[in-house]
Amino acid sequence: MKTVRTLLLACLALSALPASAADEVIVYSARTEELIKPLFDAYTGKTGVEIRYITDKEGPLLARLQAEGENTPADMLITVDAGNLWQAAERGVLAPYASGTLETHVPAHLRDPENRWYGLSVRARTLVYSTERVDPASLSTYEALADPAWKGRLCLRTSKKVYNQSLVAMMIARLGEERTEAVVRGWVANLATAPFSNDTQVMEAIAAGQCDVGIVNTYYFGRLQKKEPGIQLALFWPNQAESGVHVNVSGAGITRHAKHREAAGKLLEWLASAEAQGLFTSLNMEYPVNPEVAPDPAVAAWGGFRADPANVAEAGRLQAQAVMLMDRAGYR
Amino acid sequence: MTAATAVNAARAARRGLRRVPAWRLAALGLAGVTAVPLLVVFAAWLTPETEIWRHLARTVLGGLVNNTLALIAGVGAGVLVLGVGLAWLTARCEFPGRRFFDWALMLPLAVPAYVLAFVVLGLLDFSGPVQTGLRGMLGQDLRLPEVRSAGGVIAVMTLAFYPYVYMLTRAAFLGLGRGTLEAARLLGLGPWATFFRVALPTARPAIVAGLALALMETLADFGTVAVFNFDTFTTAIYKAWFGLFNLQAAAQLATFLLLFVALALYAERRLRGGARYHEGGRGAPAPRVRLRGGRATLAVTAAALVFGLAFVVPMVQLLIWAVDAMGDLDRRYLNLLWHTLGLGGSAALVTVSAALVLAHARRVDGDPLTRGAAGLATLGYALPGSVLAVGVMLAFTALDNGLNTLSRLVTGEAHGPLLAGSLAGLLLAYLVRFMAVAYGPVGSALERLRPSLPEAARCLGAGPLEVLRRIHLPLLRPGLLTAALLVAVEVMKEMPATLLLRPFGWDTLAVRIYELTSEGLWERAALPAVTLVLAGLLPVVLLVRRSAGN
Repeated sequence: MKTVRTLLLACLALSALPASAADEVIVYSARTEELIKPLFDAYTGKTGVEIRYITDKEGPLLARLQAEGENTPADMLITVDAGNLWQAAERGVLAPYASGTLETHVPAHLRDPENRWYGLSVRARTLVYSTERVDPASLSTYEALADPAWKGRLCLRTSKKVYNQSLVAMMIARLGEERTEAVVRGWVANLATAPFSNDTQVMEAIAAGQCDVGIVNTYYFGRLQKKEPGIQLALFWPNQAESGVHVNVSGAGITRHAKHREAAGKLLEWLASAEAQGLFTSLNMEYPVNPEVAPDPAVAAWGGFRADPANVAEAGRLQAQAVMLMDRAGYR
Repeated sequence: MTAATAVNAARAARRGLRRVPAWRLAALGLAGVTAVPLLVVFAAWLTPETEIWRHLARTVLGGLVNNTLALIAGVGAGVLVLGVGLAWLTARCEFPGRRFFDWALMLPLAVPAYVLAFVVLGLLDFSGPVQTGLRGMLGQDLRLPEVRSAGGVIAVMTLAFYPYVYMLTRAAFLGLGRGTLEAARLLGLGPWATFFRVALPTARPAIVAGLALALMETLADFGTVAVFNFDTFTTAIYKAWFGLFNLQAAAQLATFLLLFVALALYAERRLRGGARYHEGGRGAPAPRVRLRGGRATLAVTAAALVFGLAFVVPMVQLLIWAVDAMGDLDRRYLNLLWHTLGLGGSAALVTVSAALVLAHARRVDGDPLTRGAAGLATLGYALPGSVLAVGVMLAFTALDNGLNTLSRLVTGEAHGPLLAGSLAGLLLAYLVRFMAVAYGPVGSALERLRPSLPEAARCLGAGPLEVLRRIHLPLLRPGLLTAALLVAVEVMKEMPATLLLRPFGWDTLAVRIYELTSEGLWERAALPAVTLVLAGLLPVVLLVRRSAGN
């Protein structure tokens, strides 16, 4: 009994303390430390606002945010893939944050129509091919990779990765479920080997001659190119005459129960500003969302492309459908 | 009745009253604590997800179950052959290099399975140096069997998990007294018959404990199968959660893992029946069998092959990669190292203490409730880390939210989370996850302790605590140390629960490895991986030194 009373008193004593300092923002991030810490450091250096964060996969972070409810310490959720942002918004853990600055910096199709989240960097998922064995003129669209001409020549990353789930989800939005399933079945039939666990392996397999063409996010190609400048691979921008290249975002939103809502809002605005956007593209070779910021020179060297203008939130709405479709098609 | 006997009778009665409930209560309390996250997982059945189940059953479930069963069979057979075989070689035989392999064969314990997995794939996949080199020599059309297959995963897991069987079995073989073995030989048993009919049955609690750890690790593994993109029951759990965003369905899938493990453990207990195995007296250790000629060569080759594949090759590859990433080595690494060691040490202390209480209670008080409690408390090991972590997190946030409501009522202000995201939460997750790791060695050490010893002590008037302090603890010290060091190594390698539940800023080496590998930066993950292996070697070397004293 005595210990219980002591514990209770201790809790009450703790509760009398201020919950946290005023000049800080607490972030749950599914974007790895590697890619956010330099941004946070720059912001803290500039403004003196401390940023505390944990990183994890989006699933556990979202579960934690939901369970903590109004007692969450988190002010901001940063995650990759619009599908995850859409889920977070659907589950009510993000609050709308209207801001003129953000509206000018982030194009409409790269943010939530209800302002619950904003894209911060653009990731293009495109084709990569062997410059030794593939004539780029033989490439056209994602869908065309289902053609029997590519039998035994295609390498893919696992369907468990959200990037592929979003790609297929956006195809469902565009082509409908039936045609998309036929395409995915065609892909599976064309595989040279079982799907890989990451994009880099896909590219290395193409370079080694196990297959000729694959689908990857451009920044993985950038990293590999940096490591092996002479690698016999090139990017191809598909669907230019049709829907455009599939793009996705990493992004952030402010939590519904943020204790430092204003400070978090300022941070979010800064993340979309020219200064931070320059860091985004140079850190990870992604494309800036802010149209006024030029991509990193290495990124710009891959040439311009027409991106799919559909709102990336669709990827979230159709994600579960896409996952089930890929299961049916036998895409592991 | 004289006054003295009356006092004695009263004392005995009081002791009798106090003894049973105290241990039982402690065991039930501990089981309760560990059961809460498991119950949270089971509670997912309150909202059945029939649509997802139907989808899984129609599409992938069959394959998943087959894959999982193949893994269990393959890894089970693999760790038994390697673990028991090598334990017999180093504990009971003498061959060139025996003293070295004795401890060297434990080192792979420090290599996390997910690290071994990415090294093996980096080396052996189509685009890796081995196949590229072979194609250079034998022609570009060379096609070798696929590494990313059931066989590949089984090989990696066998090499990563055999040390559990090896360590525990080796200790049991070393403990075989000269008397036991000599009696067997005197009764006319040859060396093989002695092994199968005397040594194996005596070591069975240890072998089963090791096998159970290896198989639960196999069932719960996510890292290795994710690297190989090999679909198991665990990957289905993660897919339901991350792909279909359905935590309920994920938890429901996870309950099947738990049921499966509970059944397996129950079956083992039933099969063993009433058999009890106790050390046949301390006495001098039996002399080793000296192997010569072809047999000695075979023994050295086997030991060297396992050690090389499970430890030397991955370490060399990691070091080669790490050299390229030395630029990453900064002050933060000290912090990561400190967090890793600190968490490993404190979790070991907490978990082993709890395991001792549980195992002791089960022994002095064998009623079904206490036995069930002990069984329940060891199930967490079979649960994939993230699912377990969510269970702990949900339980803690519920408590936190309650406390916050209370504090808002009293003071008008909430204090934010106290448990979730605190060190206590993390340690509880480790306790639940690794109770089985501690319970195995502690329990099997207790089982091999002759019941007559504490009974004699009790007859001589020692109280239960005194028996624990003066009889059990000294005799159990080896088992307790083994348990503590095993837990420490496990905790240092642990990834998903650490990720989800660590307090702000408490990054560990495993967290760093996760961050880099999730970006596909395997080469750069080599530096934290090497550091993690080296940190993990600390407890392993302590284990080795302890067992060398045997």
